[in-house]
Amino acid sequence: MTHLLTAPRLAEPDVLYAALMDAHRDLPPDESRKLDAKLVLLLANHIGELAPVLQAIALAKPPPRA
Amino acid sequence: MHFTPPRFAAFAPPRGQDHAAVVIAGGGLVGLTAALDLARHGVRVVVLDDDDTVSTGSRAICFAKRTLEIYGRLGLGSRFLEKGVTWNQGRVFHGEREAYSFDLLPEEGHEYPAFVNLQQYYAEAWLVEACMATGRVELRWRNAVAGIENRADGARLSVTTPAGPYTLHADWLIAADGARSFIRRALGLAFEGQVFRDRFLIADVVMQAAFPTERWFWFDPPFHPGQSVLLHRQPDDVWRIDFQLGWDADPALEQQPERVRARVAQMLGSRGDDVPFELEWISIYTFRCRRMQRFRHGRTIFVGDAAHQVSPFGARGGNGGVQDADNLCWKLAAVLAGQAPDALLDSYDAERIPAADENILNSTRSTDFITPKSDAARAYRDAVLELAAAHAFARPVVNSGRLSRPYEGAGRPAPDAPLLRNGRPDWLLRHTGDGFTVVSNGVVPATGLPAITLGQDFEDHSGLAAARLGLGHGDAVLLRPDQHIAARIAAADAAGIAAAHRASLHAVA
Ligand SMILES: Cc1cc2nc3c(=O)[nH]c(=O)nc-3n(C[C@H](O)[C@H](O)[C@H](O)COP(=O)(O)OP(=O)(O)OC[C@H]3O[C@@H](n4cnc5c(N)ncnc54)[C@H](O)[C@@H]3O)c2cc1C
Repeated sequence: MTHLLTAPRLAEPDVLYAALMDAHRDLPPDESRKLDAKLVLLLANHIGELAPVLQAIALAKPPPRA
Repeated sequence: MHFTPPRFAAFAPPRGQDHAAVVIAGGGLVGLTAALDLARHGVRVVVLDDDDTVSTGSRAICFAKRTLEIYGRLGLGSRFLEKGVTWNQGRVFHGEREAYSFDLLPEEGHEYPAFVNLQQYYAEAWLVEACMATGRVELRWRNAVAGIENRADGARLSVTTPAGPYTLHADWLIAADGARSFIRRALGLAFEGQVFRDRFLIADVVMQAAFPTERWFWFDPPFHPGQSVLLHRQPDDVWRIDFQLGWDADPALEQQPERVRARVAQMLGSRGDDVPFELEWISIYTFRCRRMQRFRHGRTIFVGDAAHQVSPFGARGGNGGVQDADNLCWKLAAVLAGQAPDALLDSYDAERIPAADENILNSTRSTDFITPKSDAARAYRDAVLELAAAHAFARPVVNSGRLSRPYEGAGRPAPDAPLLRNGRPDWLLRHTGDGFTVVSNGVVPATGLPAITLGQDFEDHSGLAAARLGLGHGDAVLLRPDQHIAARIAAADAAGIAAAHRASLHAVA
């Protein structure tokens, strides 16, 4: 089973960030949301394994409120 | 040809107290299936139904392969094949475009297809005829259960009829009185789960339309923007159309025939099709997914919608209920005949509760896709649909209903296969199922049980029977009366076969 990798792996993190900002620029909120959803789906399929994706979901969730 | 609903004469109450070994409360799809199955196992049954006819409207229309095999076992299979509409192909549209199509690809070499569409009223009318032909089923129309006392030795039922009430003692009671089960409520048993905040308009439309024999599902079509629509073909030029309306829809208003006509006309008009049509049945439906905690309560056993309810996308309501009857009836017959202890009936709970959970899980997931509950859910749904048009990976994510399949967690039903008997085409499942059956390959099993041997009684000309059952030369499987594989043994191992048979009846693993 592949583990979700959380150590830095991208050579150009700023380029990634800028590409995401560009993609969302000027989009109404519902289109933005749909764009993110498409990204998640495309990337999850690219990863091709459920386990790291489920770990990512768990990491991304807000911490339970006390 | 068109269906004319039968009207059955009310059953006049017997004088004083009445008694029956097995009573089935509810003569709907599942109660009637159970009655026929028990009768074929030699059990006499009394069926109480508060109505005097069969299902109003088409209701459960998609009969899945396993259900058809069960009706095959009960002697009704050919009627479903002849009258029903066989289909394999489904198409999903998003807006104006086709997003995805699927083929249920029935592999070759099965007597029954993946699905046939048939109005529930036909199925019930044939079940009534078949029940009467057994001579063991007493159908008491317009006999409503209005009171119940659950006792250690059975159930005492208060029954009301047009000619007055009576009391009926049932040694065993099968509660098949539908989603609003009186018996479940009268016994104070919980029925918990989820209600989906959505409403669907369901219409049977009579027309000579040019749609193909396929399941068509639209997300957000131009003729019904923002909602979904499902179309199915049924026999007699009756088409079933389900329009999603949303939670705010007014059920009384939406059922007005003129309003429904306008919706249907818009749908046909958008395809440039303006064939004349008639409305046969209109209903408004809110989906629920819920079940009882246990189905068996002593000598009262719940089946079908009374025990569990699912949303219809996936055709798991009717099919799941018929499979309950398939599981329960041989066990009850064995207990009544003194061949098995009462504890065998606990295996009904053990096998059918996970099956209900699987049906609820699948139908909940479909409903979550079809009726997004939040902005995020809608974004994901629309993202999947938009990606599906161009990218194959997204197509299997589209969920317009995961169609009914048999539950396999508690032993799978034996797969069918073509055989030759005396050179004539035949089917494996036709020769299994009235009792326990041993199927062996090459070697005649040493057993007192009914047996069929590939290569002896039957020619496995395609090799499919041996391959699908995983039978090498000298191997055997023991099939239960519901055609489920109970054990794998060597055909020559008489003691092993006998032990496996005993274990199945005593519900020990
Ligand atoms: C509007 C509608 C649309 C549906 N569409 C679909 C669909 O598209 N696909 C699908 O798979 N399923 C569908 N279903 C569900 C499907 O019809 C059920 O899953 C199936 O009928 C369950 O069979 P049953 O025998 O358990 O219950 P039912 O068929 O409901 O039978 C219950 C029987 O018990 C009788 N009864 C009730 N109370 C009493 C009493 N107190 N005493 C005596 N008799 C009583 C009733 O008259 C009835 O005959 C639909 C249901 C409805 C209502």
